[in-house]
Amino acid sequence: MQTANLLPLILVLAVVAYGLAYMRSRAVAAPLGGIRNLKALPFYYAARAALWCAIPALIVLAVWAGFEDKVIQGIVIASLPPDTWPESAGQASLILSQISNVAAGSLNSEFLPEHITGAASVLEAMQNKSGNFKAILVVLIAVLGATFAWTRVAPHINARKNVETTLRRIFFACAALAVLTTAGIVFSVFLETLRFFDRVPITEFLFGTSWSPQTAIRIDQIGSEGAFGVIPLFTGTLLISAIALLVAVPVGLLSAIYLAEYASKRMRSTIKPVLEMLAGIPTVVYGFFAALTVAPFIRDLAETVGLEASSQSALAAGLVMGIMIVPFVSSLSDDVISAVPQTMRDGSLALGATQSETMKKVIFPAALPGIIGGILLAASRAIGETMIVVMAAGLAANLTANPLNSVTTVTVQIATLLVGDQEFDSAKTLSAFALGMLLFIVTLLLNVLALKIVRKYREQYD
Amino acid sequence: MTDQRSQAEIVRHSLKRRYRTERRFRLYGILAIFIALASLFILFADIISKGHTGFIKTTITLNVTLDSEMMYLDDPTDEIQWSNADFKAPIIAALQAQVPEAASASEKRELRRFLGTFADSETRNLLTKHPEFLNTTQTIEFPTHDRVSVYVKHADNPRYSIKLSEQQQRWVDELLVQGVIDTGFNDVLFNRGDSREPANAGVLGAIVGSLLTMLVTLAISFPVGIAAAVYLEEFAPQNKLTDFIEVNINNLAAVPSIIFGLLGLAVFINLFGMPRSVPVVGGLVLALMTLPTIIISSRAAIKSVPPSIREAAEGIGASKMQVVLHHVVPLAMPGMLTGSIIGMAQALGETAPLLLIGMVAFIVDVPDGLFSSATVLPVQIYLWASSSEQGFVELASAAIMVLLTFMIIMNALAIWLRKRLERRW
Repeated sequence: MQTANLLPLILVLAVVAYGLAYMRSRAVAAPLGGIRNLKALPFYYAARAALWCAIPALIVLAVWAGFEDKVIQGIVIASLPPDTWPESAGQASLILSQISNVAAGSLNSEFLPEHITGAASVLEAMQNKSGNFKAILVVLIAVLGATFAWTRVAPHINARKNVETTLRRIFFACAALAVLTTAGIVFSVFLETLRFFDRVPITEFLFGTSWSPQTAIRIDQIGSEGAFGVIPLFTGTLLISAIALLVAVPVGLLSAIYLAEYASKRMRSTIKPVLEMLAGIPTVVYGFFAALTVAPFIRDLAETVGLEASSQSALAAGLVMGIMIVPFVSSLSDDVISAVPQTMRDGSLALGATQSETMKKVIFPAALPGIIGGILLAASRAIGETMIVVMAAGLAANLTANPLNSVTTVTVQIATLLVGDQEFDSAKTLSAFALGMLLFIVTLLLNVLALKIVRKYREQYD
Repeated sequence: MTDQRSQAEIVRHSLKRRYRTERRFRLYGILAIFIALASLFILFADIISKGHTGFIKTTITLNVTLDSEMMYLDDPTDEIQWSNADFKAPIIAALQAQVPEAASASEKRELRRFLGTFADSETRNLLTKHPEFLNTTQTIEFPTHDRVSVYVKHADNPRYSIKLSEQQQRWVDELLVQGVIDTGFNDVLFNRGDSREPANAGVLGAIVGSLLTMLVTLAISFPVGIAAAVYLEEFAPQNKLTDFIEVNINNLAAVPSIIFGLLGLAVFINLFGMPRSVPVVGGLVLALMTLPTIIISSRAAIKSVPPSIREAAEGIGASKMQVVLHHVVPLAMPGMLTGSIIGMAQALGETAPLLLIGMVAFIVDVPDGLFSSATVLPVQIYLWASSSEQGFVELASAAIMVLLTFMIIMNALAIWLRKRLERRW
C-alpha cells in the first residue's frame, strides 16, 4: 500500500480509538457515580488513546518510507549478475532508472538485456513486499498502541497529565525543527562541499580568478579542464549588490526620513504600505522587468551615448534589485528614526535648528547604528537574491568592474549548475554546493552583524 | 552691543541659506518617495502593457469540409487509419478556398503558415467527439500561427518584429475584414497546461501545481509554526537551548531562498530518494522556508494577548495547557492567520528553490496529484520569459498578472482579517 493511502487510514484508526476510549471511560465512570469520579475528563482518556494510536505508527511509517527506496535499490543492484554490476554511481543510477522504467511498463523490455528485465521483476516483487509489510506493520502498531491506551482507561490514572506532557513534547519538537533545518542545511551542504574540496583544492576555489565549470567529458578533450576560481563570481555579486545599494540606500533612507519627520499622518499611512508592496512583489516579476524592459533600455541608451553595453548588463540587474530592496532599508530606518526620543528632537528645535539640521546633526547620528543594521540586512538580501540575476545578469564569468558588462553571480551559478539532469559526482555539480556554503556563511555573518548592531542600538533607548 | 547685533545679523544673513537647505532637504525626501512610487508604477504599467494582449487570442474560423478522401480516413474506428490520417488537409483546403488569390505553390505554402502548428488537433478532437461529422461541413475555430497573432495584435508596435511578408499581411488584412480572422478572449490561457506553441499554452497546469504545492506548505508550516510559537512563548524555560532555538529561527528567516533549494535537493531528493519536480517536495521546501515567518508573527500575536486572561483562567483552576489551548491560542488566532497568509503569499511567489528541485520541467499535462510532475506559476513565468518566441513574452506578462492577482487577494484577505478580527486590548 502507498504511504499516501496509509496516512488517512491511520487517521481513521485514531478517530476510532478516540471514540472507543471515550465510551469506555464513561462506562468505567458510570458505576462510580459519574465522570466527576475520574481523575480526568473522558476527553483526555480518548485523546490519549488517539495519540497512542497515531504517533508510534506515524514514526514507523516515516522511517520506513524514508529508507524504503534506498534499501530496495541496494537489493536490486545486488540481485544483478556480478559481471553486470555498475562500476560508478552514475552507471548505477542509469541502470536503476532503466529497471524502474521497465517495471513501470514505460520502457519496452524487448530490446533490453535479460538481467535488466530480471531485475525489474525483482524490483516489482520487492516493492509489493515492502508495501504489504509496511501496511501490516503500521496498522499493527496503531492497533497495539490504541489497545494499550484502552486498557489504561481507569479512574485513578490522570490521563490529562499524559496528554499535556505529550502535547508539550510535540510543541517542543516543532520548535526544534528550526534547529534541525539549520543542521540539515549545514550538514548536507557541508558534506557535498567537502567532497568538492577533495577534487578541487580550497585555495584554488577561494583565490582562483577564472570560473568555467565545464569539465571534460572525454579524457582526451582539449580546453575543458574546468576552472573553479570563485573570485569572478564574487566580484560580480559585489558589483550588482553595490549598484543595488547605491539605488536603495539613498532612496530608502530619504523616503524614511521624509515619512518619519515631515509627512502628515495620512500621507504616511497611505505611502508606507505602497512602498512595502515593493518587497512583496515576487522576484521573478522583477527579473522579467529587468531582463525584458530595463536591460534593453540601458543598452539602447548606452548606444546613443556611444558606449558599448551588453544586453545583459550588471547595471540593469543592479538597478532593479535596488528598487526591490528599497523597503528593507526604508522600513527599518523609519522604525529607528521614530524610536529616537522626542526629547532630543525638541531640544535641537528649541535651540533654533531647522528640521533638516535637527535631522542631520542630531537624529541621524543617533539612529545611525540602526540604519547601518538595516543596510546590512538589505545587502544580505541583495547578495542572496537569485531570480533577478538569473534572468538579467548573464552567465559569463567576467572579472570586470564595468557595470555595462555582463557579469555572473554566485546564485546564478548555483541555479544553472543544478538545473536539469546531472550526475552527482562531478566537480561541476558539487561546486554548486561549495558556492551555496560560501553564500550561506557570508549572508549569515551579515545577518548576525546586523542584528547585533540593531539590538545594541535598541538597548540604548529602551 | 555691537557684538550681539553682529551675531544676530550673522544669524539673519544665514537664515536664507538655511531655509534653502531645509527646502532642498525636503525636496530630496519627496524625490526619493517619488522615485520609489514611480518605479512601482512603471513596473505595473510595463507588465500590463506587455501582457494585456496575452488575454486576447487570434483565431481563424473556417467552414471545413471533413472530407474522408482528403484525410485518408473512411472509418474513424480503425486505429491504424486514424493514426495515419491527415487532419490538416481539409483545413488547408478550406483556407485556400477563403483566399483564392493564392494560386501558385509558393503562395499556397505562405498561406498555410497562417495556421498554428496544432491546428490539426482541433479537427482530430472534434472527430473523436463526433465521428458522425465525417464528410460534413463544420464551422471550426482554429488558433492562428504566432506570427499572424503578433501581426494582428501588434502591427503598429515597433517593439515587435512582424515576420509576415507583404503579401501575407495583405491576406491577413482581408481575412480580418471578412471576419474570418478574429480576436477574442483567450480562454485557452485558463484551461490548458504549457505547450511549445504560444497559442496553445495556458497557465492552468501551473495554477494547479501552485495550489498543490501551497496545500503541502500550508498543511506543514501552519500547524508546526503555531506549535513552535506556542512552545517558545508559553512553555520554553529560560535556558541555553531555548536561546539557541530562537537564534536559529531568526537566522533562518534571513537565509537566501536558494539555500533551501540546496537543502531540498540534498536531503529530500538525494537522501530520501523522493522524486524530482513533484509538488510534495516543493511544498516541503517552501514550508521550511516560510516557517520562520509564521513563527515570528505567531509569537507576536501570542504576546499581544493580555496576561489578565491567562491569570483569570489559571485562577479558576485551568492547567497551563488548558489556558493556552482554550484561551490564548483562540484569541491570538487572527494574528496568527494574518502572519500565515502573508507567509503563504511569499511562498507562492518563490521561484529559486523550486528551480533546484526540478520543478522547471516542460510539463504539458495538468498535474493530478501531489506526486505527479508539476510546475508552479512563478516558474512558468520564468520559463516563458526566457523563451525567444514573442508570443510567450506576452503570455509571461499575462501569467504575472494572474500571479499578482492571487497575491493581492491573499494580502487583502490578511488585511481584512486583521481589521475585522483583531482585538485591541
